[in-house]
Amino acid sequence: MKVVYTDVLVIGGGLTGMRMAIAAKRRGHDALILSLVPPKRSHSKAAQGGMQASLGNVIKGQGDSEDVHFEDTVRGSDWGADQEVVRMFVNTAPKAVRELAAWGVPWSRVKKGDRQVVINGQQVTITERDEAHGLVAQRDFGGTKKWRTCYVSDCTGHAMLQAVGDQAIAESIPVHERTEALALITDGERCHGAVVRDLVTGELSAYLAKATAITTGGAGRIYRVTTNAVICEGIGHAIALETGHAALGNMEAVQFHPTGIFPAGILVTEGCRGDGGLLKDVDGHRFMPDYEPEKKELASRDVVSRRMEEHIAKGKGVKSRWGDHLLLDITLLGEHHIRHNLREVFEICHYFLGVDPVKDPIPVRPAQHYTMGGVRTKPTGESPTLKGLFSAGEAACWDMHGFNRLGGNSVAETVVAGMLVGEAIADYCDDRANDATIPMAAVREQLGAVAGRLDAMLQRRGGEEPQALKVAMQSIMTDKVGIFREGAKLAQAVDELQQLLKRSRSVSVAPGAGPNPELVAAYRVQMMLKLAVTVAYGALQRTESRGAHFRQDFPRRNDAEWLKRTLAWWKSPDDTLPTLTYEALDVRKMELPPGWRGYGNKDYVDHPDTPARAEEVARLREQVGSADRFAVQAALMPYQHMLPERYRGRNERIDELFDAQPTKAA
Amino acid sequence: MNHTTTAVADAPAATETARRLTFNILRYNPQEKGSAPRMQTYHLDEAVGMTLFIALNELREKQDPSLQFDFVCRAGICGSCAMMVNGRPTLACRTLTRDVGPEITLAPLPVFELIGDLSVNTGKWMRGTSERLEAWLHGDAKPRDIDRLEERMEPALAEQLNELDRCVECGCCVASCGTARMRADFVGAVGIAKIARFRLDPRDKRTDDDYYELIGTDDGVFGCMSLLACHDVCPKDLPLQTQIAFLRRKMAGKGWA
Repeated sequence: MKVVYTDVLVIGGGLTGMRMAIAAKRRGHDALILSLVPPKRSHSKAAQGGMQASLGNVIKGQGDSEDVHFEDTVRGSDWGADQEVVRMFVNTAPKAVRELAAWGVPWSRVKKGDRQVVINGQQVTITERDEAHGLVAQRDFGGTKKWRTCYVSDCTGHAMLQAVGDQAIAESIPVHERTEALALITDGERCHGAVVRDLVTGELSAYLAKATAITTGGAGRIYRVTTNAVICEGIGHAIALETGHAALGNMEAVQFHPTGIFPAGILVTEGCRGDGGLLKDVDGHRFMPDYEPEKKELASRDVVSRRMEEHIAKGKGVKSRWGDHLLLDITLLGEHHIRHNLREVFEICHYFLGVDPVKDPIPVRPAQHYTMGGVRTKPTGESPTLKGLFSAGEAACWDMHGFNRLGGNSVAETVVAGMLVGEAIADYCDDRANDATIPMAAVREQLGAVAGRLDAMLQRRGGEEPQALKVAMQSIMTDKVGIFREGAKLAQAVDELQQLLKRSRSVSVAPGAGPNPELVAAYRVQMMLKLAVTVAYGALQRTESRGAHFRQDFPRRNDAEWLKRTLAWWKSPDDTLPTLTYEALDVRKMELPPGWRGYGNKDYVDHPDTPARAEEVARLREQVGSADRFAVQAALMPYQHMLPERYRGRNERIDELFDAQPTKAA
Repeated sequence: MNHTTTAVADAPAATETARRLTFNILRYNPQEKGSAPRMQTYHLDEAVGMTLFIALNELREKQDPSLQFDFVCRAGICGSCAMMVNGRPTLACRTLTRDVGPEITLAPLPVFELIGDLSVNTGKWMRGTSERLEAWLHGDAKPRDIDRLEERMEPALAEQLNELDRCVECGCCVASCGTARMRADFVGAVGIAKIARFRLDPRDKRTDDDYYELIGTDDGVFGCMSLLACHDVCPKDLPLQTQIAFLRRKMAGKGWA
């Protein structure tokens, strides 16, 4: 039995995993990263448009603050988010941008003076302030009150991944590339590491650590049409679920991005609309203002995606041999803007569609994009039920996105969660109470169990074909667990997915030395099916509409019954359905009690505690007065103590210079 | 404007008979005892808008489950899928069969360690080169206070830096490089471009003396024979020719000083 020891085992080499490893390493703990692919090829790279942080440097961002970012995020989540976690996030995001600036990210910068922009379809001249010249610039994105999205042209994720990846190399953090964790090693109470397969040699080994973190990103590939990279198959989610001791939160919360290119599903950034691009139908009509007069193309993604599908259902889509689609028109932005600020979009249209977006509109239709659900953790990133297991980023549910994530908040979350959870992991490793005694017999047994599972597939003849099962699963998910959901269809999906799951237990694979791609597909499809049925079953049970989860048969958000987080557990390996439990959100502690989001459906059922809390919030605001926004915030929902000490400071802005006020909060 | 015709430009009509594509693929699995490199032929009906990503996956799903290759983003941004397509290194995911068929020869990138079939270990090579060239930003020894305003930068400079930062480490430049075939330790255009990128960045405190130590050798910028295939094949159109020439002049100046 080959065994590798480290302090912190990080499963997943994207932005979150690498930033977390850097944090742990800098605190004196050895960190080792497992990655399916060379880390600079991770899906973090696909974040194009930018990262939200309330720097407020551009004139259209003036007046932005943690408070505005907080409210936008909570409204975006349709009140599903953990508001304390959102507070932790919005306070750290500006620091993350500044840290990345110091690490070399070539953020696009503000140029003082007049510039032409497109707002609401019109050319407008805006004037950037002299004092903002050379600071990090922000662009507009959906669901935000201010221009808050910091960007590097339209390759923000790429630039961030370069810088963070470079720092990981500078810190000599080992990355075991082309390795895959197939099971977590636990003693029933604590996680001790993982059983890992080498994707070059096919060899299995045990990686043992004081703390293990899952930072494997999303699970988009359980759907047929997705913007996600081919490696986003949710295996990190699955290994946590399969322990039986860790829960997945809100897996039915799945985001569909309005502008996947049609039919390939490759993403073109929300920055297209943020920068002034318009959505049009078969008649060349700009239809979003008809549905969303306030936010138009820049309502939150769940709302825009639904409106698009609604419009297509009315027969207003453009017909093509692959089905109907709509059009994203960025021609009004002009060639210079497109070739400089939307360069990747230009390349994608050129190579994959043969379309020149300077001259012609881009065929688009909503595609699966983001997994809001994930490994349920505390605000520290640790599983509340399996000691030593941490998770962060898209793989986790800590839970800052609730039922809909805002554009630009995910790539911001990657680094912020890496910073915060990285500190929590270092604290955990520092604490002598967490010293581990590794049960070697259990390690041996669990490695043997994985080996046995793979051998059975290789020895079986004439069993199920993994690829056929996967294609069937993906079709069910896209057709029946998509943007518009409905009880009967969901029940059918749950039923069919259970059948597929049962069939996947007798999958067979031809032997082959090395990685054996068919074997990879086989063991993954078994795990993916558990996630798919978890998503579908959660969606079936949730008889309301919230954020991206929209039930045609229950179109109202129902806070009275559903202001709660779904937790899914896989109790026994023989189960074909997860066991669901629910965790209530406490309205009485919310800084922003539930209300209307400012876009989308105005109709919802209040939680019984909401009126009282709303009154209390109003009273507290009055008591404290509006002189000091920090004092108001602290009175409503104290959260500072939850942040690692080094990240508790306030954030300087050109409108809130430190020289004019105390530099540290406490 | 008639928007209905713009869905997929140049798509042949649905009634047109699909072309029959022939793939000649280099097969070799070093993990398998007795495996020897050989060419294997496959046939596939072309579809509208078919890329090598779609074609190779279809071959693996329907004809040969053992075929090894690498794709991640399938959108031309991650650099995973570089391979030799009809003798030229390029990103497979954004190569349309329309442009390279009907007979398509696929081979793994040379120079890099072979994992199997079309899959090579570019990750290991890139990490090694980054370590050797210390290809990370060497900022101030004292970390900046990230609560405070970020350091300012001229907008035009930020754009220039991004231009050099766009490298996706796909390995095409190395695979096309004459020197890389002869000198195992040559840093390649990717390595030189990285140094050029940090040299341009005022946040990096290294001097030309420091850079000379890293690339002022025949394994560095003086190894380049100016064949410049790297410049021609770079999928991201990085200005490699200018950067190599510029750095060579700067480094030569250091060497003579």
